[in-house]
Amino acid sequence: MTSLDDASATPNAWFKLDRGVLTLGGLWTIQQSARLDDQLRAFQPPPIPEGGSGTIEIDASKIERLDSAGAWLLLRTRRVLEAGGRSVSRFTLPELYQPLLENIEQGKGPLEEPPQRGGLNSRLERIGRATVHAGQQGYRMLGYLGRVTVEGIEALASPRNNLRVAALVHQVEETGINALPIVGLLAFLIGVVLAYQGADQLKRFGAEIFTINLLGVGILREIGGLITAIIVAGRSGSAFTAQIGTMRVNEEIDAMQTIGLNTVDVLVLPRIIGLVIALPLLTFYSDIMGLIGGAVMCYFQLGITIPVFMRQLNDAISVNTFMVGLIKAPVFALVISLVGCYEGFQVERNAASVGLLTTRSVVEGVFLVIVLDAAFSVMFSVLGI
Amino acid sequence: MAKDQPQTAAKAPGKKETVIKVRGLVNGFGDKVVHDHVDLDVYRGEVLGVVGGSGAGKSVLLRTIIGLNKPRQGEIEVFGKKTTFAESSRMRPLEMRWGVLFQDGALFSSQTVAENIQVPLREYTKMSEPLMNEIAAMKLTMVGLPPDTALKYPSELSGGMKKRAGLARALALDPELLFLDEPTSGLDPISANLFDELIKQLQKSLGLTVFMVTHDLDSLRAVCDRIAVLVNKKITAGTIEELRKDPDPWIHDYFSGVRGRAALAAAS
Repeated sequence: MTSLDDASATPNAWFKLDRGVLTLGGLWTIQQSARLDDQLRAFQPPPIPEGGSGTIEIDASKIERLDSAGAWLLLRTRRVLEAGGRSVSRFTLPELYQPLLENIEQGKGPLEEPPQRGGLNSRLERIGRATVHAGQQGYRMLGYLGRVTVEGIEALASPRNNLRVAALVHQVEETGINALPIVGLLAFLIGVVLAYQGADQLKRFGAEIFTINLLGVGILREIGGLITAIIVAGRSGSAFTAQIGTMRVNEEIDAMQTIGLNTVDVLVLPRIIGLVIALPLLTFYSDIMGLIGGAVMCYFQLGITIPVFMRQLNDAISVNTFMVGLIKAPVFALVISLVGCYEGFQVERNAASVGLLTTRSVVEGVFLVIVLDAAFSVMFSVLGI
Repeated sequence: MAKDQPQTAAKAPGKKETVIKVRGLVNGFGDKVVHDHVDLDVYRGEVLGVVGGSGAGKSVLLRTIIGLNKPRQGEIEVFGKKTTFAESSRMRPLEMRWGVLFQDGALFSSQTVAENIQVPLREYTKMSEPLMNEIAAMKLTMVGLPPDTALKYPSELSGGMKKRAGLARALALDPELLFLDEPTSGLDPISANLFDELIKQLQKSLGLTVFMVTHDLDSLRAVCDRIAVLVNKKITAGTIEELRKDPDPWIHDYFSGVRGRAALAAAS
């Protein structure tokens, strides 16, 4: 019994036209309305006879029950008849249901079907809107970067007035210290995977020892920084958008502005500077954890002891390798936090908007991190580092 | 199903049929008890207003009756069927027979107003698309919204319009029982009056039973037949005149305080 259409064993709604009298009866309710609607649409009154007045009498007194769906069908039928040039001479309806019909009729004007969306035009319109929107988005983001840069320089020039140290420290804790377990675990596992796969391939040349070179260069130069930035984009970038977005929904941002607080100083700069401090530290930690993971794997898989591992690692990498990986971290942090905050301010005053923009912030953050990483690789290769 | 569904507008005088029956209801959060063995009857065709201080558990009572909140103890029957600890499959036939208007309309934000109204129709009937559009347009007229509201999204509506659209959705299946959670809160006095009028008018023409949580004294006076006051974790129910004679200090303050007197004076 999950459908209202279940009308078995109940008297049906019916209507018949006989000598100018349209008689209606039965249960004119929502349960019957789907079937009744089909019948009424198919119903064609006979043409008005030559010279006849075309008057019609509607006798609805045999209706046993009427609800608003039924009343609508009744009213529609009457309007269809009237539109067909007939005039209703008499209309009888049980007293009980008069107020209902009046209530529905009060709209007076023709109740039109709501126009439908769809069609080629509306699709073209959507594509056009999306294109313009994307262009505006890029333009606004550039403007936002400019504003944050100006305000950031001001804040750093007079940190006493404009820099919120407590908020900044809180952000470092939130985005840095609280991310240690997940970043550490994932970096360790990546180290394990890399060592395992590397050893497998290099064993064929009898060059197992070079697994350590692979680990050292791979993790320190690329993977350590990249994996940390991606985790942080998912973890902190989304949090920035959700926090600022929720504040927008609650009109907290508006309240701040009326009190005279600078939202960039209060909300954005602590997050950006906090992440710019935290992400390089996290990257360093992730590098170490990745190497430990690799070393553990080398010990069990290849029987390379820790002192041997250390010596080989020392030969394989230089300080430059490590610095190249680390120098990227503040740039990633800037991009992630900028996108996170910007999208937070784009939230509209409804709940769906927060979710939508949070997703967008993560996608854009990860995308930009990888694009920048590729750009760095090209740049370093040109510079010969 | 239609057999146990009595005449929509039938209001047998004298013989009162109980639509909602609450017995020994206990609700609480943590250490805090909100309802302590509460009893309540709602009769067919009446408008019951539920009042009480902030945090007195008005909305909790409503949510418990419609099965959104599991009580600690007690039994609730709606249309003679238990809603406490009922399985969702057993709730469905009941859910078709009542409509609920949440505080801010609770419209589905990803759908237009017309689509919102059509959600219950799609779920429970096999109506054709044109008829569903007609019904949606009709419901909008019934609640006094202009037809072009149909294609708007909830975020494009004002607070009052959201409530009206929510009411249109609650009325989509022609329910016999209507639950309203603070229908006039956040509305200006003129809109609130219009909303009261609307509820009264709909109640009359559709023969609805209405369970209305409210803070609004004018609403109570204008539309409610009986009032249930939630005070000291219990319910005292009666007409306004009966409640004005109640010795309880909170009830006395409520109906005979400055605002209460003003609202009631306006009535007479």
